[in-house]
Amino acid sequence: MKTESRLEKVLASGQLAVTSEVGPPRGCNIDIVKEKANMIKDHVDGINITDNQTAMVRMSSIAAGVALKQMGLDPIIQMVSRDRNRLAMQADILGAYALGCNTMLCLSGDHPQFGDHPMAKPVYDIDSINMIKMVKDMRDEAKFQGGADITEPPKMFIGAAANPFADPFELRVMRLAKKVAAGVDFIQTQCIFNTAKFEEWMKQVVDRGLDEKVAILAGITPMKSLGMAKYMKSKVPGMDIPDEVIDRLAGVDKDKQAEEGIKMAIEQMQRLKECKGVKGFHIMAIEWEEKVPELVEGAGLSPRPKV
Amino acid sequence: MDNFEPEIVAFCCHYCGYTAADMAGTRRISYPSNVKIIRVPCTGKVDAIHLMKALEKGADGVYIAACLEGDCHFKDGNLRAVAHVEKIKKTLEDLGWEPERVAMMNFSAAMGQQFAQAAEEFTEKIKALGPSPASQATSKAV
Amino acid sequence: MITAEQKPLQEILGYIAPYEKILVVGCNECVTVCAAGGRKEVGLLSSAIRLNSAKAGKKIEVLEHTLERQCDPEYVDQLAELAGQVDAVVSLACGCGIQTVASQYPIPVFPGVNTKFMGASESQGIWAERCMGCGDCMLGITGGICPIARCSKSIMNGPCGGSVNGKCEISPDVDCAWQLIWDRLVELGLQDRYEELVAAKDWRPAGGGGPRKIIREDLASSKIITEDNA
Repeated sequence: MKTESRLEKVLASGQLAVTSEVGPPRGCNIDIVKEKANMIKDHVDGINITDNQTAMVRMSSIAAGVALKQMGLDPIIQMVSRDRNRLAMQADILGAYALGCNTMLCLSGDHPQFGDHPMAKPVYDIDSINMIKMVKDMRDEAKFQGGADITEPPKMFIGAAANPFADPFELRVMRLAKKVAAGVDFIQTQCIFNTAKFEEWMKQVVDRGLDEKVAILAGITPMKSLGMAKYMKSKVPGMDIPDEVIDRLAGVDKDKQAEEGIKMAIEQMQRLKECKGVKGFHIMAIEWEEKVPELVEGAGLSPRPKV
Repeated sequence: MDNFEPEIVAFCCHYCGYTAADMAGTRRISYPSNVKIIRVPCTGKVDAIHLMKALEKGADGVYIAACLEGDCHFKDGNLRAVAHVEKIKKTLEDLGWEPERVAMMNFSAAMGQQFAQAAEEFTEKIKALGPSPASQATSKAV
Repeated sequence: MITAEQKPLQEILGYIAPYEKILVVGCNECVTVCAAGGRKEVGLLSSAIRLNSAKAGKKIEVLEHTLERQCDPEYVDQLAELAGQVDAVVSLACGCGIQTVASQYPIPVFPGVNTKFMGASESQGIWAERCMGCGDCMLGITGGICPIARCSKSIMNGPCGGSVNGKCEISPDVDCAWQLIWDRLVELGLQDRYEELVAAKDWRPAGGGGPRKIIREDLASSKIITEDNA
């Protein structure tokens, strides 16, 4: 074991892992985070806390993560390179680890252009791949990025994102290979709606043997309504939503669409459980955390292993 | 102000605008003597600075009479002229001047009647606007 | 070249409002090419200032001059006589030229343009950013396309997950630099290069180490210059 991370232990046990996420509030009420976490805590092995998601200011990922840690849960700290230079990142990593956070996700982050502070200076001192390498060197070499020794190094289990649906497609596996070379331990993918295309990507991943070196958690998002599906198809960059998803939601009554969305997500997980290389699921139930237990149980992934 | 006679400068291209003015003359269609014509080989040659200089020196209105769009003798000189006119309109707006003091017009060589009518209308419009700030300053100086 | 755009007229007029005699100075280099601060623009701005003073009923005298180059003291020296006659200067050069003029004359020097970026002309009237002057050119490994200047996130190992149909996530009008890099590497048969990890950038040569300066001993030494001339 490289770390104390519960996620690492679950993955090492050979069982499928389940993670989910909680978006912190745009205010100081930490109870919101705790409530959302309580809804899902018995059905997941780790809870991502987003970091200024979509470039909107929110409560700090680390602060919210520490609150979860104090509840005895397993936060996965997200960190974007948009908002911090390497000094700030390393300082926060030391602090987060000192307060019990042992799992993190390295991301570049949505451009400030999307958020509520488009006038902010984007940092992007290092990219997500170099962030992975930095965290790995902190853990395995006890070295700061600048080369100096760390006396008590942080032992982070290192995650990153992958979007199998962004362009150019032929680079998507190669870029994953770069993340693996940089030292990533696990991957949470972008929401999958085009399951066939994901399987094609996964096959290339397996062909290159990358699944042996990194644990891939397939990203699952249940559709709440036809409106949500249409919005994501047309407005969210890098999202691949095939017509059959739209058609299936359109085929049921409006008040049955949410139920259908849950059903579709469960079927998708059951299908992907058989997909070689998939080591678990990352469930992003956007403002719909209460449905996570139903999804996990429906996919036959409950109860979660005790490790 | 009632008997205000504006000074108007019209940059006319040799092939269309100027020929149209000439046609108006030979057919004895009168247009206001306020309009002073400057013949240019092509309105593409009229730069923004020429429009500005005319206004600076006291013209109350300035316009460009070019070939019809698509019929420029030099391909797209009249389109360049439009761009200059638009730019100067914007400058005048920024300065708090009436942008209507600058205009773009297009004629074919045969449009003598229309040339005269447009000259008449433009003169009336400038009369309604009154003397430009620069021409007021110039006349005070005299 | 360095690109620039004229400032809003009202901002310039605000700067010079207290003065009665001003000098508008252009530059014959980059700002002439991008039509922001050459001889033509000096004429137009001076003319606009005069029209404004006519409207305001205020007397202002505007002198016009365009230098061969405003970022060289030798050329800026040529302003001595004109600068002695005016209360203030409006410079239409890039920030380098404006500062050179300001450093040589004890009167207020105001910017008439916003200096934008180092860019190239895409077609007439369109300039696009191509270089950020990072001081450690990596075009040799990226197929001649700069990820620092042209990727919205200056990613060294791109593309990020926001690249769609060759466009950047920030706008469908912005090309994804990493798509361009990849296409170019494929064209050159250098795809294998893609998977080499590019290390975190050292930003010191890019300005992270404080204001930058180049000293060329061979040129800076007056002795050599004299010998060459001899």
